[in-house]
This record gives sequence, C-alpha cells and structure tokens, in this order.
Amino acid sequence: MVRVSQGSSKKVVGVLALQGAFESHKKVLNELDVVSLEVRTPQDLPQVDALIMPGGESTTMSQLLESSDLYEPIKKLIHEGMPVFGTCAGMILLAKKIIDGRDDQISFGAIEIEVQRNAYGRQVDSFEADVEVEGLVPAFHAVFIRAPKILQAGKDVEVLASFGSDVVLARQKNVLVASFHPELSQDGRIHELFVKEI
Amino acid sequence: MAKREAEKTSKTVTGSMTVKRGLAEMLKGGVIMDVVNPEQAKIAEDAGACAVMALERVPADIRRDGGVARMSDPEMIEGIQAVCSIPVMAKARIGHFVEAQVLESLGVDFIDESEVLTPADEAHHIDKLMFTSPFVCGATNLGEALRRISEGAALIRSKGEAGTGNIVEAVRHLRSIIGDIRKITQADSAELFEWAKRLQAPLPLVQEVAETGWLPVPLFCAGGIATPSDAALAMQLGAQAVFVGSGIFKSDDPAPRAKAIVEATTHFRDADIIAKVSRNLGLPMTGIGMDKIEQRYAERGW
Repeated sequence: MVRVSQGSSKKVVGVLALQGAFESHKKVLNELDVVSLEVRTPQDLPQVDALIMPGGESTTMSQLLESSDLYEPIKKLIHEGMPVFGTCAGMILLAKKIIDGRDDQISFGAIEIEVQRNAYGRQVDSFEADVEVEGLVPAFHAVFIRAPKILQAGKDVEVLASFGSDVVLARQKNVLVASFHPELSQDGRIHELFVKEI
Repeated sequence: MAKREAEKTSKTVTGSMTVKRGLAEMLKGGVIMDVVNPEQAKIAEDAGACAVMALERVPADIRRDGGVARMSDPEMIEGIQAVCSIPVMAKARIGHFVEAQVLESLGVDFIDESEVLTPADEAHHIDKLMFTSPFVCGATNLGEALRRISEGAALIRSKGEAGTGNIVEAVRHLRSIIGDIRKITQADSAELFEWAKRLQAPLPLVQEVAETGWLPVPLFCAGGIATPSDAALAMQLGAQAVFVGSGIFKSDDPAPRAKAIVEATTHFRDADIIAKVSRNLGLPMTGIGMDKIEQRYAERGW
C-alpha cells in the first residue's frame, strides 16, 4: 500500500489541479508541513503517495480527466490502495453512483455512496455550519458550496460526520470523502486525518 | 425550498464572505463562457466550462449595435439555468442595485456588476455587502480592485476590452494589478499609507495585500480572450481563471474552440499541449485594434 516517492523520504500528497480549489488544499497541506504537488498529467503521478481531488466543477474535471489521460492510471492507483480524499466535486468523482450528473460524466466508483449533485441548492443556499466529527473536539466549522448530498451509503462505508440526517464525511478503506470544503476553513484537522493514513 | 430550510439548523449561515469567496475558489483553473441561449449553454457545458455567463448579446454585438445595454430578460436567464448543471452568472449595470436584486431573486450564482452594460450610476457602485449572492467586478488597476473588494466583491476580473478579441488591454490590467501587488509586498509599513492614498483604497486592504502577497479574493482575466494561447497567457501572467465572452461564439466553430480553451487553461504552462489543442480550430473572431474603438468599456466604473 505504501509507495515510496523518488528522491525523498517525505511523503508527497498530490492535488488534482485540472480545475477547482486545488490552491486552497495546497495551502492547508503547507501549513501542516506536508509536501504537495499539483497533478495535471500522468507523468506527475509516480511522484505522489496520495491524492486529493478538490472542489470545483465535477463535469469539467470529468472531461479533463479523460482528455489528460489521467482517468485510467488514477483508477488503477486507487484500486492498488493509494489514499485518496475527495471534497465536494472530488467526492462526486469518487462516488459509485451520481444523481443529476451528466450522462457522459465519469467517476471512479471507489466508494459505495450515491451522491446527488447540487442537492443543497444554488449558491444563495450555500452555507457554513458547525459539524460534529468523530474524534474531533471542538466541532469542525464546515463550508458547504453548492454542495452534493450523500443519499445512500453502503454497509462498508464508515460514517465520520453527519449534518442533520445527512452523512457529510465518510471513509471506505483508502477513500475519504467530504461533501463540504475543509480546505476553506482555516482548520487543518480533517486534512490531518487524511495525511495520517498515508 | 421549505424542506431544504427545515434540514438546516438555526446555526447555519448563508451569504457570508467565506461562502461567497468559496464559490470563487471553486471556479479557479476554469473557463467561464458567455452564452446567449440554452443551445450555447449546452455547448459550453459539453466543452467543460466551469460556469456560464447568461446574457442577451455578447459584447461584440453590444459594441456593434450601440444603444443602452441592460440586464437580460429573466425568462432567458431561467431558460439557461434550466439546461445547465454548472453555475450560472448574469450581468447587472454598474450601480443598478435593483437589477442585482432581480438577479438574486432568480438564484443567479454570481452577479457581474459589469462595465459591458451601460452604467446606471456615474458615481456609485452597488453596495454588494447587502446581498446574499456573490459579485464579480472588473478592475483595470489595484486601486480599483481594492475599492470593489471594500464594497463586497468576492471576485475580481480584469476588464480588458470586451468584444474586441484583442488581449492587449487585459494584459495591461493584469500586469498593473499584479505588478503593484509585488511592489506593495516590498514596501515598509510607513510606505503603505502612501500606497493607500495613491491607490485611493482602504488602508486595511492595502496592509492585507502587503502581508499575504495577493488580493483578499481570487483574480480572473476577462476581455479579449480569443485563442487557447490567449487563455494560457492570462494564466501565466497570474490570472487564476478566465472569462471568454465573444471569443467562442463569434468564432467559426465554437465547440472545438471552447474545448481547446478549457484544456489550454488547465495546462497553461505546457506548450506541447497548447500546441496540440490549437490545431485546426477554424478562424477565431476577427477582432479589432484599440485605435478603431469609439467607446472604451474599461473606462466605465470609478
């Protein structure tokens, strides 16, 4: 499961930089003293030990994953156990089933969840709120932007946080997903949860 | 709507600066395309746009037709919202806060207080802090950018010269904004007072720029992008995403050009990829030189 990056003993976290909030993720990782790398082409992948898929537009990223020849190699790495963390659009890309997506939208099917895009509404409905996360005190102040909703989660999916009746942070083996944006919260604790597993 | 509200607790906050700037963060690295009907909106989404700007006429046609340019018909905006799953933006005239109220009531995801439309107020911009919807505003220099941010803008774009297919003005604006940011980071604390006066911008924002080395909000490029290389140029200069107005749907073959601009924006430092996607796109929009322009839109706004 552990892959050693070349030329350094320090683990490198890749951030998928096709479109979206990749800079915010890099900023959080930097504050945690974790080395990060923007991933745009297959040549970037051998240098990373884990991968974050940021928020943004999942339809845009889906098309760029194909045109940049990244879909198959990333799918293989996830299957081999590379830790991945998807936030918002990144969660959609990792989900088994997408509701209200485009017909040609691809996903990695890496976690047994069914997600609905933009289920919390348009931007005027975007919100911030405190979310109780398993093992984190105090609560995490989460930012939801045109957020997707997890409608169903399979039995092997571990629920780490819920908001109201909705699961908002979940894990299945090497795959961690959040429907909100921990990269926008000036709080590195959820990234720490992820980095710890690498 | 009632059901959605019921699911949230009393502690949820909407319309905060964090939430507004958050959407701007999500648009980074992407292309926002001007569209005038649902068919174009579909082409834009199919090509990988991260958002669309719904308007009745692209800037090139506004320039050709003359007259007063206003907010689009709500029916037309809703038609585009109905076919799009990506964010939909729309334009209000500078200072026309009622047009902005109407756009907010339509649930537009981002309101562009735009110099491309005919200004409604010669002295005041909209008080954007009064709204739940986020605003994007144009700027030609750092002072203008910081004034818009102090009024509540969640995103700044260069003005460029819309509808010309000529990137030269956008380059001027990006170089001016980013060049001054670089200079401010070198200034000592006493010099920042002088910078604030010179820029006619609030001191706390100037101090924030000096400390962080960037604007408090993202900076995108708009105005005159017509080719994949134009988009990559804006990105290499420091823009964090691009708006393409007339450049796509005034070209010979919009769909492949739109897709090529999306790929060039993502791979903006990779000349091999930009070369690959730039092949066989047909003719770009014709474009016009700055000496042939009667009305400079960039001069609108204060």
